[in-house]
Amino acid sequence: MTRKAAIVGGNRIPFARSNKKYARASNQDMLTATIDGLVARYGLAGEQLGEVVAGAVLKHARDFNLTRESVLGSQLSPSTPAYDVQQACGTGLEAAVLVANKIALGQIESGIAGGTDTTSDAPLAVNDDLRHVLIALNNAKTLPDRLKLLGKIRPGQLVPDQPRNVEPRTGLSMGEHAAQTAKVWEVSRESQDELAVASHHNLAAAYDRGFFDDLVTPFLGLTRDDNLRPDSTVEKLATLKPVFGEGEGATMTAANSTPLTDGASAVLLASDEWAAEHQLPVLAHLVDAQTAAVDYVHGGEGLLMAPAYAMPVMLARNGLTLQDFDLYEIHEAFASTVLSTMKAWEDPAFCKEKLGLDAPLGSIDRSKLNVNGSSLAAGHPFAATGGRIVASLAKALHELGPGKRGLISICAAGGQGVVAILES
Amino acid sequence: MSDWYRDFANSGVGTTLVRQLGLPRPAVLRRYTPGQPLLDGPALVGSAGEGRLRAEIEAVLRDDGVTVLSPAIADGGSGPKVAAVVLDATGLTTPADLASAHDFLAPAVKRLGTNGRVVVLGEVPGDAPSPALAAARQALDGLVRSLAKELRAGAIANLVYVPSGAEAAVPGPLRFFLSGRSAYVDGQTVTLSAVDAPSGDGGTTPLAGKVAVVTGAARGIGASIADVLGRAGAHVVAVDIPAAGQALAAVANRVGGTALQLDITAPDAAQRLVEHLVQRHGGADVVVHNAGITRDKLLVNMDSARWNSVLAVNLQAQLDLTQALLDAEGALKPGARVVAVSSQSGIAGNRGQTNYSASKAGVIGMVRAWAPAFAERGATINAVAPGFIVTEMTAKMPFGTREVGARLNSLQQGGLPVDVAEAIAWLAQPASAGVNGQVLRVCGQNLLGA
Ligand SMILES: NC(=O)c1ccc[n+]([C@@H]2O[C@H](COP(=O)([O-])OP(=O)(O)OC[C@H]3O[C@@H](n4cnc5c(N)ncnc54)[C@H](O)[C@@H]3O)[C@@H](O)[C@H]2O)c1
Repeated sequence: MTRKAAIVGGNRIPFARSNKKYARASNQDMLTATIDGLVARYGLAGEQLGEVVAGAVLKHARDFNLTRESVLGSQLSPSTPAYDVQQACGTGLEAAVLVANKIALGQIESGIAGGTDTTSDAPLAVNDDLRHVLIALNNAKTLPDRLKLLGKIRPGQLVPDQPRNVEPRTGLSMGEHAAQTAKVWEVSRESQDELAVASHHNLAAAYDRGFFDDLVTPFLGLTRDDNLRPDSTVEKLATLKPVFGEGEGATMTAANSTPLTDGASAVLLASDEWAAEHQLPVLAHLVDAQTAAVDYVHGGEGLLMAPAYAMPVMLARNGLTLQDFDLYEIHEAFASTVLSTMKAWEDPAFCKEKLGLDAPLGSIDRSKLNVNGSSLAAGHPFAATGGRIVASLAKALHELGPGKRGLISICAAGGQGVVAILES
Repeated sequence: MSDWYRDFANSGVGTTLVRQLGLPRPAVLRRYTPGQPLLDGPALVGSAGEGRLRAEIEAVLRDDGVTVLSPAIADGGSGPKVAAVVLDATGLTTPADLASAHDFLAPAVKRLGTNGRVVVLGEVPGDAPSPALAAARQALDGLVRSLAKELRAGAIANLVYVPSGAEAAVPGPLRFFLSGRSAYVDGQTVTLSAVDAPSGDGGTTPLAGKVAVVTGAARGIGASIADVLGRAGAHVVAVDIPAAGQALAAVANRVGGTALQLDITAPDAAQRLVEHLVQRHGGADVVVHNAGITRDKLLVNMDSARWNSVLAVNLQAQLDLTQALLDAEGALKPGARVVAVSSQSGIAGNRGQTNYSASKAGVIGMVRAWAPAFAERGATINAVAPGFIVTEMTAKMPFGTREVGARLNSLQQGGLPVDVAEAIAWLAQPASAGVNGQVLRVCGQNLLGA
C-alpha cells in the first residue's frame, strides 16, 4: 500500500534574532510551545498521534531525547512516540519526509514533523583538555589522586569551546563557502540585494493580509519575526559593507545573508482518512522528495549546491520539468545561494557535465519564487526552516486551488541538500 | 483574583473587627461546582392566588432531591432554615392580591439561610387584559428588586415572568436562579417565551457534543467562558486576535478545544469564521460575542480613532459575524444560542465611556431586534451585562476606586469572571430555549442603573 501523505497545517513561533526575545528559551521550550500551538489550532489536546519527529542542529547533551521530552511536556497524549533527527538545515524537511513516508506506507496515520534551534542558548562545550582531566577526576578513587588531578587544571583549559558556524573539514564558515560559490557563478551584489528586499516585502505583505494567522503562534511576547524589515530597500542595502568574501569581488552582506536566529516549527501530516475523520483540511500532499550530497572538500563543488543535484533526479522520477510548478520555495540561506542554484539549472555546461542532462533544466519564473517571503526576512533557526516552508507552501498552494504544484529546495551544511514536491 | 476584604471580613479576627466597626461583611458566595446539589437545604414553596406553576416548580425541586415545604409549615418565620423560597405569583388577579405575596414572603424570607435563593414567578405584565392586572404583575418587579436589596449573607432574589404556554420553559431558568450558577445575579427579571424546552437539565454536561465559539477567549472573562463551556461538555472554538495567540492556545488546550487566531474586525473575519465552523466543526451550536475593548476619554476629548475602534470591536463585529452566521448554510446549527456580552455601562452610562456605553447599549438593541428571527429558527439570542467583575484589568485600578466600585452592589463585592461565564453557559443550554431577547445583568444588583 502506498498513498500520499496529506499536509493538514502547521505552526511556528515567530523567529527571533539571536540573544533577543528568546535569549532564555531552550530548544525544548520552543519546540514544546510550537507543538502546543499546533495542538490548539487543530484541536488535538490529549490526542495520540502516530509519531512526532523533530530535531535541532545545535543541541545540548541533555537534549538527547529532545522531541520525546517536548511531547511529554506538550498537550499531546503522552503515549505519542517521538524521535530526533538531524540533517543540518535539512532537518525540518527531512523530518516531514520521514513522517510522510511512514504515512504513505500505512505504518502511521498521523504525525508531526518539526525542528527547533537556538543560537542564544547554544551548548558551550568544555574543551577537550579539560574534559580529559574531568573524566579522570571522576574515575579517581582516592583523595590524593583527585587533588593531583585538580592541580593539573590550567587557566587555558577553562576557556569553553564556543559552537561555531564552520565546516569542520574546511575550517571555513558557511558564508565563506557561499562567497566562493557566488564568485564562481558571478552572482552580482545587486541581484542579491534585490532578492533580499523581495523577501522582506513578501513576508511583510503576507503578515499584513493575515496569511500567517493560522501558521504562527506568538511566543514570549514576540508576534512577528523580529528580523523582518518591511521598509527595506535596495538603496539602503547597497550601503552595507560585505561580511563574507574578500576584496573587490565581495558581494555578501549581513542583509543578503541570513542572521543567526532562534525559533521552532511543526507540521501536521496525516492520511486523508485520518484528516477526514478529524474534520481537518488537507492543504496539499507531499508527493516526493530527494536528497543529495556533494564533495565540497575535495571535489570542487560549492558547499550549498547539493539541491542542484537532487532536483533532476526527483523531476525525472515524477516526469516533470522545472517549469511544471506553480510556486517555488528555495531556502534563502544566502541570497547568493538561491541565485547560484538557479544559474546552475540554467547553465548548459553544468547541467551536462555535473548533472548528466542533455539540456539545462532551465529557468524559474521569479514571480512564483518565495512569494510569502523566506529566510532572509524571517530568519533561519536551522532545523525550523523546513517546517516553516512546508506549512507555508502547502497553504499557499491550497489558496491557489486543487492540483497546484510546489517545489522546495533546501541546502544544508556538510554539502547536503533536500528537495521535495507538494501538490494541492 | 482574591477579594482580600471579603476574606478578611470572614476570618476569625476580621469578623469581630468588622462587626465592631459596623462595616459590611460580604459573604463568601456559594458558587457552582460540578456535582453540587441544586440546594443545600429544603425549599419553601408558596402561591399568591391560584398559581398555575406549582406542579412545575415542585417537580424541578423533587427531581433534584430538594425537600419541598409548603407554607402551612411556615409558622411565622420560626421554623428551621431553608435554602430557597419560591413564590408562584401567576395567580394574581388584582393589586390587592399582592398582600398574599407579602403574607407568604415575610415569614418565609426570615427563615432564609446563608446564600439563600428567592425566586418569584409571575405573569407577563404586557399580556395583561386590564391596567389593574398589568399593575399587579409589574408590582412584582419592584417587590423583588427591593427584597434583593434587603437580603444579606449572599442571598439573592430574582423574578421570572412566564407567559401562558411557557410552562415547559420554566425548569431551566428556575434551576439557574436556585443554583450556585447565579451567585452574582441579583434583582433581575427574565421574561420567558412560550416554546418547547427539554425538561432535564442535562446533568453536569448539558452542552455535550455541542460546538461553542467564544470571541476574546485568550484571557479575562472570555477565558472563563471557555472554561465553563468546556466543563459543560462543549467543544470550544476559542477566538482572539493573532497577537494573543500564545495565551489563546493555552486556553484552547486547557479545555480540549480549538484556537482560531482571528481579528474579528478584519474585513474577511466573518467569512473566515464561517469557513472554519462549517469545514472543521459542521457548524456552531453556541456563539458568545465576548471580545471587547475600552478606549476611555470624555466625549469632548475623544478622537475618532478611539470612537471607531470601540464601536468596531464591541458592536459592528457582533452584528457582522452574527449576520454572516445566519446567512451561511450550515454555519449555525438548529437550536443555536447566541449570547452577546454587553455591560452595565450600556445600561447606566459611565463618565468617560460614551463610545463604550454606546457600543454596549447597541448590543442590547441588537439582541432585542434579532430575537423574533432567532425564535423562528428555534434559536435564541440574549445579552449578558456584567457589572464590576474582578479581572486583571480591575486589579490595575487605583485602590480606592476599586474597593468602592466593588462594594456598590447588594452583595457588597465584585463578581468573578466565572459568574459571567455561568450565566452565559446557562443561556447556551438547550433547557434555556424559552429565554430569548433578554438582557441579564450579572452585577450583584449594582446600584448603577439598577
Ligand atoms: N471586566 C469587567 O468588569 C467587565 C464589565 C462589563 C463588561 N465587560 C465586557 O466583558 C468582555 C470581556 O472583558 P474582559 O474584562 O475579560 O476584557 P479583556 O480585555 O481581559 O479581554 C478581552 C479579550 O478580547 C480580545 N479582543 C479585543 N479585540 C479583539 C478583536 N478585534 N478580535 C478578537 N479578539 C479581540 C482581547 O485580545 C482580549 O483577549 C468585554 O466585552 C467587556 O466589555 C467586562
